Amino acid sequence: MFVVRMLLLSLLFIAPTGLLAGEIEFNRDIRPILSDKCFACHGPDANHREADLRLDERENAIQSRDGHRVITPGKPTMSELVARITADDEFTVMPPPESGKPLSKEEIEILKQWIAEGAEYQQHWSLIPPTRPEVPTVKNRDWVVTPIDAFILKRLEEEGVTPSEVADRRTLIRRLSFDLIGLPPTPEEVEAFVNDTSPAAYEQAVDRLLSSPHFGERLAIYWLDLVRYADTLGYHGDQVRSVSPYRDYVIRSFNENKPFDEFTIENLAGDLLPEATLWQKVASTYNRLNRASGEGGVQPKEYLAKYSADRVRTTGAVWLGSTFGCAECHDHKFDPFTTKDFYSFAAFFADVKEQGIVSGARHIAQLPVPTPEQKEELDELIQQLAKVNAEYDRRTPEREQAFAAWQKELANASDQWIAVTPTEAVSTGGATLTVQESGSVLASGKNPANDVYEIQIPLNVKELGGLRLEILPHDSLPAKGPGRAGNGNLVLQKVEATINDQPVTWKTGVATHSQNSHSGQYVVDGNPNGWAILPQTGKDNSLLLQAKETVKVPESSNLKIRLHQNFGNSHTLGHFRFYVTESAEQASPASLANDELVVLIKKPERTDAEINKLWDEFRQRTPMLAEVRKQRDALQKRKQAVEKSVVTTLATEATDPREMRVLPRGNWMDDSGQVVTPQVPEFLPQPAIDEDRRLNRLDLARWLVDERNPLVARTFVNRLWMLYFGHGLSRSVDDLGSQGAWPTHPELLDWLAVDFRENNWDIKRIIKMMVMSNTYRQTSKPSPELRARDPYNKFYARQTRWRLDAEMIRDNALSISGLLVDELGGESVMPYQPAGYWAQLNFPKRTYQHDRGAAQYRRGVYTHWQRTFLHPSLLAFDAPAREECTARRERSNTPLQALVLLNDPTYVEAARKFAERILREGGSTLESKLDYAWQRALSRQPTKEERRLLEELIRENLKRYANDTAAADQLLQTGLAPVAEGIDPTELAAWTAAARTILNLHETITRY
Amino acid sequence: MNYLPVELGRRSFLKNSVMGFGSAALMSLLQDELPAAEKVVPESPAGDFAGTLQPLHFPPKVKRIVHLCMAGGMTHLETFDYKAKLAEMDGQPMPESLTKGQQIAQLQGRKLSCFAPQHPFQKYGESGQEICSLFPHLGAVADDLCIIKSMHTDQINHDPAHTLFNTGTSIAGRPSMGSWLLYGLGQETQNLPGYVVLTSVGKGGQSQPIAARQWHSGFLPSRYQGVQFHSTGAPVLYLNRPDGVALNQQKQVIDTVNQLNQNFNEVVDDPEINTRIRQYEMAFRMQTSVPELMDLSSESKETFDGYGTQGGDGTYASNCLLARRLLERGVRFVQLYHRGWDHHGGIKRSMEITSKEVDQPTAAFIKDLKERGLFEDTLIVFGGEFGRTPMAQGSGRDHHIKGYSMFLSGGAVKGGLSYGGTDEFGYNAVDNPVHVRDFHATMLKLFGIDHKRFTYKFQGLDFRLTGVEEAHVLKDVIS
Repeated sequence: MFVVRMLLLSLLFIAPTGLLAGEIEFNRDIRPILSDKCFACHGPDANHREADLRLDERENAIQSRDGHRVITPGKPTMSELVARITADDEFTVMPPPESGKPLSKEEIEILKQWIAEGAEYQQHWSLIPPTRPEVPTVKNRDWVVTPIDAFILKRLEEEGVTPSEVADRRTLIRRLSFDLIGLPPTPEEVEAFVNDTSPAAYEQAVDRLLSSPHFGERLAIYWLDLVRYADTLGYHGDQVRSVSPYRDYVIRSFNENKPFDEFTIENLAGDLLPEATLWQKVASTYNRLNRASGEGGVQPKEYLAKYSADRVRTTGAVWLGSTFGCAECHDHKFDPFTTKDFYSFAAFFADVKEQGIVSGARHIAQLPVPTPEQKEELDELIQQLAKVNAEYDRRTPEREQAFAAWQKELANASDQWIAVTPTEAVSTGGATLTVQESGSVLASGKNPANDVYEIQIPLNVKELGGLRLEILPHDSLPAKGPGRAGNGNLVLQKVEATINDQPVTWKTGVATHSQNSHSGQYVVDGNPNGWAILPQTGKDNSLLLQAKETVKVPESSNLKIRLHQNFGNSHTLGHFRFYVTESAEQASPASLANDELVVLIKKPERTDAEINKLWDEFRQRTPMLAEVRKQRDALQKRKQAVEKSVVTTLATEATDPREMRVLPRGNWMDDSGQVVTPQVPEFLPQPAIDEDRRLNRLDLARWLVDERNPLVARTFVNRLWMLYFGHGLSRSVDDLGSQGAWPTHPELLDWLAVDFRENNWDIKRIIKMMVMSNTYRQTSKPSPELRARDPYNKFYARQTRWRLDAEMIRDNALSISGLLVDELGGESVMPYQPAGYWAQLNFPKRTYQHDRGAAQYRRGVYTHWQRTFLHPSLLAFDAPAREECTARRERSNTPLQALVLLNDPTYVEAARKFAERILREGGSTLESKLDYAWQRALSRQPTKEERRLLEELIRENLKRYANDTAAADQLLQTGLAPVAEGIDPTELAAWTAAARTILNLHETITRY
Repeated sequence: MNYLPVELGRRSFLKNSVMGFGSAALMSLLQDELPAAEKVVPESPAGDFAGTLQPLHFPPKVKRIVHLCMAGGMTHLETFDYKAKLAEMDGQPMPESLTKGQQIAQLQGRKLSCFAPQHPFQKYGESGQEICSLFPHLGAVADDLCIIKSMHTDQINHDPAHTLFNTGTSIAGRPSMGSWLLYGLGQETQNLPGYVVLTSVGKGGQSQPIAARQWHSGFLPSRYQGVQFHSTGAPVLYLNRPDGVALNQQKQVIDTVNQLNQNFNEVVDDPEINTRIRQYEMAFRMQTSVPELMDLSSESKETFDGYGTQGGDGTYASNCLLARRLLERGVRFVQLYHRGWDHHGGIKRSMEITSKEVDQPTAAFIKDLKERGLFEDTLIVFGGEFGRTPMAQGSGRDHHIKGYSMFLSGGAVKGGLSYGGTDEFGYNAVDNPVHVRDFHATMLKLFGIDHKRFTYKFQGLDFRLTGVEEAHVLKDVIS
């Protein structure tokens, strides 16, 4: 914005610096005016272009139009543009009054001057591939520590501004600590640094912090804002989905100093890399971080279009620093992105396997990401299982023998049991019982909650030793039966049997399978739990009832059976049949076989498959293998449990790309647009690919980090600069396009971009260069002259100061109090949250359960990120919902922030534990305790006045809590951390008030 | 709050100005280039609480607004838009000419047949406005209602449709209309937030989830965010003191913090510290002003009877009463959600329940504002994120975006007016169609703001509430 610059210069510096003396630079001085005031109607968007005039292209602007020219280079008076912008008539003047964007007098003068000087154009600065400028030479060479200083100082010397003093060492170590690892330095670290006056001390501190595992966490906070990482879907029901391994990947990558080009490739296309590793696949979760909906009335096609646009918007913002998303409905009004570019870019992601409607977050394909321990355990289990299975399958002579004996036994047993066919089967509950041709009974029709079946069976045996009830699956039954309950189960409480009205009493009831706590014996014992068969629904099973004594059966006798089923909820039999035996010595259930198996055993010639099937059945039943079976089951169960505990992520899975079209005006229902294939925006250098094939995400990622790409390195270093200096070199860190801010130090930005790229995209290296600079080390306190001269710190003649990020405010308090659990990585955690905050959520309704134990005290970066209801403490301190890419957080200063620090149990508990620490470790006098507290929280000694104020506060609170010990106890109950023993509660409560005060200080939450 | 450039007192800044340049113009130029944290707000007696639009574009007609949001999608066919044709064609196929190629939510792939209005309508008031007989109390104030029968919107699912209604787009991350208003107009109360959100559930349908995005400030500074008041626990999050801390103790902590901050400011000279001190003062005031607000003991029996509530129970009626108290105390924007309008099934019975929950309190609220002299300069907005289909979904209605109803009320709009209309099936808004952005433009106009000139620079672009499409002020509804 030239005008503002000029205003600032002329207003504040009084003596203008000759800026207008024939030194108009299009990109700095002209483009911002044309872009903001003219391009909307005379720019790149072909659909809204008026009068066929483009002011963004020189050729078009200067061409002859019936003898007139809009711009006649060198001749303002012969330029229609000048006539129009200076016209008085509201119908002639440009920009038209209704645009609400009049040109100022100064702007008009500059435009005239530009035309007078030849109306030279430049390509937009951020689209010109950066080249490495010469590092400038400066007068005060001693001040230059890294090349950054030379660029900064050059400008300062030109402006006649002196850099500020180096900040004091205590401020420096705090600044470095917050900037690089997001945590305060310990008093020991401060002391060591302050006392170490060797020239290498500063660099050693930087190196120590850069190699801290917390470095990755700090940088991840920012990266996760960019890629809109969150733990929930974001639309409507905002259900949870699992993506936390991606966060681990980001932290790990920054810690390992993974080069940014590799990092980029893995994010966009890790899954497409040859022989992709687990973590490369995890990285590709980037493509799935978009918001998604599980709402019932969603039209999948519409939402696929939304997700697709979301990816273009985000990828454009994260890597290109562009507002590419504007081209969804129309050609971009300021930058040369067309709608075709937009949808061609979207086509890169057309292979991402996904659903338009996410029906239950669990249903989306998940990639398991075991921890090393879990991986090891699973490998071990798989190995053991293989061993046990081999043992299980082994055919020894002994087993061969048993196998033969078993078959014989089965054949005999089947001979022993005689199938009987009922003549009558009645349900007293009103169900329809039908005797099938095979002799089995099938229930249908009414399905009463409870029932008693009455069955009549003619007997053709001489004696009755036992009864066998076989229950059978049937397709007509719920879950294929054999019961009529919704899950196919049944519960049988009692089997009454009479022969010619003489009751038969049972001795034992044994089943081939019984559900836990529903044994076959219960049918005999009269236990109301009865016999049930979960989980073996859809299967064949039998209950064997052995008579107490063998009952003589006279000729043409009738067996009458009453089956009692009163568990409720229709747990009744659906399909079953009966067998009787004369033998008192009943075969074991293991020898029972269904008809199919018996047929197989009796078959004279059997195929290998049939023999194998028999072996399978044998191994499942034989007591010989009972121990092996037990081992096998235990291992399988364990394996399932481990597998279930493994965290998963939504990695990208590639599938056949969907057809992508330009959606006219962004309308997803309009299929008339041209079909597009993956392509990068036309105005940018194209990917160097020789073969004629469809481009994919891997090509896209490689193109982003190609040295010819003018935007990616600039975008990233500009943002890193913001993290360490408070603003980007181009202040619009979210838009380096035509409407973005002209960099305060364009050469420095280019130099950094090229240096970053040419040094293997080494993130730690470039950060180190920034924080090692003298520019970085200056005090953030401006002198009055400097403040007047450069209120917005565009010269960087001082550091900037700012309130810490939301997560770091939490981390800082936990760290000071000693509560912080600084484990790395893992699933998201739930800190305390006010009850009812989630009352608005539905589908399903949710009650927030805060974590207990170590998970309660993790760093803010691990907080569960509920998009539609972000944790209110984070929200209060400007953490974004992460529904869209956020390149710069606001830094507001609100009453709600005061309420959080004063009353959120997280901070009250931290104060309580901080107080405990002060009392334990702060020596014996009030003075030493205050020294300790100040040192720990603020890395300095308190002043006299500060002591006085705190002493007064403590005195008052001691008085109050001595009179009201119940109140002291109440305060000390805040939070889960145990209350210290051996400390007087009155004193602890009073010091908690002091600790709260310290945690609430502006200085505590500010990086100076 | 960063009202002043971080490192510069505005006064000295202007004093140094040597060019004959209006300060407002200078400010707006500066705004464009600065990160939001450095934006300058002209000084005014309201100090921190002043708005950025000085002066306003037009003389304002209203000072405050209450949005009674019938979340879930209020049926227009059982509230304000009677369709005899639907009754006549009940059960017969909907004409395909209307439905072909149109967006459909849960009725995708189903047979589409006409569904008669499930409750009768009658004429009310001198104006003879036609209103469903389930709403006799609203009928009694029919001459104060300006019913718009030709609303239409773009989003057919709840979440994006609410987002569109609140922010002008379905893309997340944009400021809600309440935040825009605070940004432009500032706030009048210095003891309460300027933008308050209340929610209630109903017994006549599933409760709609409402995202906090609906009252978020988006890319505007977060001090313009809506503050949700809760019906359980602390009305404002973290308002309650820790257990075991008395009011005077809390005060001493705050006073000490402020004193220490002030002392430290002498060392670092950081304007943010002054702001921080003011925020702690405001936080302390809220610890008394909010309980005072929530304390209904001064309300009369007539008032309670009028609203049909004893208050304090988190119902819609109770929230209406609270809304009046908020407006009285100078809150600029109260948004009140009733979350029970998603009547996919059993709409006949559900509407009997839901109408009972809102009819009496809404009418009582309007009357109450009149009695207290607040009606003249308050804008009341009543409606949902979309309407419901003229087609049956079993015994209910599906989401519908092509035509639906809402009403405005207050001294600034024409009472007793029915504006616009749908076709004979209640499907398409055909007569004077009103898009959501037309409503936004009209609302801003009533506040004295030209929607085209009310912008905020973000990502290099001049964003406005009404977006890039053309929006129209509804001149005919303004009184």
